[in-house]
Amino acid sequence: MSIRNLPVEKLVARALEGNRRAVGRLLTLIERGGADADEIADLTHRRTGGAHIVGITGAPGAGKSTLTGQLTRLLPELGLAPAVLAVDPSSPLTGGAILGDRIRMDDIAGEGTFIRSVATRGHAGGLALSVPGCVRIFDAAGFDPVIIETVGVGQVEVDVVGAADTTVVVVNPGWGDAVQANKAGLLEVADIFVINKADRPGASGTRRDLELMLDLSHVSGLEDDSGYRPPILMTTATKGKGVAAVWDSVQAHREHLTASGQLSTRRVDRLRYEITNRVEARLHAEAAAAIDGVELSDDLSPIRLATQITDQLLRD
Amino acid sequence: MPAPSTPSHKIRIVLAKLGLDGHDRGIKVVARILRDAGMEVIYLGLRQTTASIVAAAEQEDADAIGLSMHNAGHLTLAPAMLAALDEAELDVPVIIGGIVPDADVDILMGAGIAAVLGPGAPAAEVVAAVRDVVVS
Repeated sequence: MSIRNLPVEKLVARALEGNRRAVGRLLTLIERGGADADEIADLTHRRTGGAHIVGITGAPGAGKSTLTGQLTRLLPELGLAPAVLAVDPSSPLTGGAILGDRIRMDDIAGEGTFIRSVATRGHAGGLALSVPGCVRIFDAAGFDPVIIETVGVGQVEVDVVGAADTTVVVVNPGWGDAVQANKAGLLEVADIFVINKADRPGASGTRRDLELMLDLSHVSGLEDDSGYRPPILMTTATKGKGVAAVWDSVQAHREHLTASGQLSTRRVDRLRYEITNRVEARLHAEAAAAIDGVELSDDLSPIRLATQITDQLLRD
Repeated sequence: MPAPSTPSHKIRIVLAKLGLDGHDRGIKVVARILRDAGMEVIYLGLRQTTASIVAAAEQEDADAIGLSMHNAGHLTLAPAMLAALDEAELDVPVIIGGIVPDADVDILMGAGIAAVLGPGAPAAEVVAAVRDVVVS
């Protein structure tokens, strides 16, 4: 019997035994959503918490996939069994996607690494709605760490922070300046900075800008609140340079989270964030349907119409 | 109102060049055609092995595998791919695209390849071939 026809309960049982095909199938069902996905979440929800979840984010082309690939080569050597969720964008026009992260990972990934490509399927924020559910499957099946690689992001796509224990932000030499470094958004949420392509000119300037930005967190007291200053690491991921130090920093951050009690806080936040995203997605779909059916009028302003639709939705 | 829990089925296809063959313009065009048809294309690119394609198909739970071949190796490589899938007990249809002489098409189909697409295949034919071979 093909694994594709197995009932969800059996698939979960196989996945927990380490059957990779069952894991692959479960990820598909989670992505599809619906009753099967809900049941899988019920069955795996209580079996999680073991894996350290590492988010890797940064602009398109910064080197996220290459860095992730290098980590998946290093980690099996350390006796770890990493899994990767590599997220790429879906087309807003057709819903199709080209998922190309494996190109930079397959050749270098170590034995036993499980890499899954995920399309965003209409979700903004840098991840797909299904990501927390997929992480749960990896976690329950015994993979540790689980690495989430986001789509190439700009300044505001910070979903990954709500999904990961440790967030690594990858930047490149020549990126921005001291003012860019202090803008709100992505850089505020980094637990670890990686300046990748550090063999290129401008790496030390970028490092200085980031250090100054972190100094200001110290001045403003943010650093005192958390008791943690994000390290800044230099890598040349294509050559594997500096990658071991990145992993050391992830572990140091994990120890900080555990010692300070923030790990459990982060995990509670994570569940809340998943719930928020789910509720929002559903409300969004219902609102879109309601808006589709509305007749525009010269007598009513868009704001007035929006208020009417919202009032109606909240009454229903 | 749409039920938000309605499952959405998307075709997921792995595209790769198997073996030593650097001609990847065609497969990039195909990737784009399938993307624009609403499919999720897991693009592996150049110099893949039967083992790396089997591993990707398993991890990605692929509905189909598309191989591009422009090195006249199709009569060797295509059966090798099918044998590797068989050995892994992975039941995923394989489509070959590229330069395949007419006389070889029947041989490939007879060996278990699900479809063969030539260099002149229009986009609609490529999309239809993938939809046809995918058993959901």
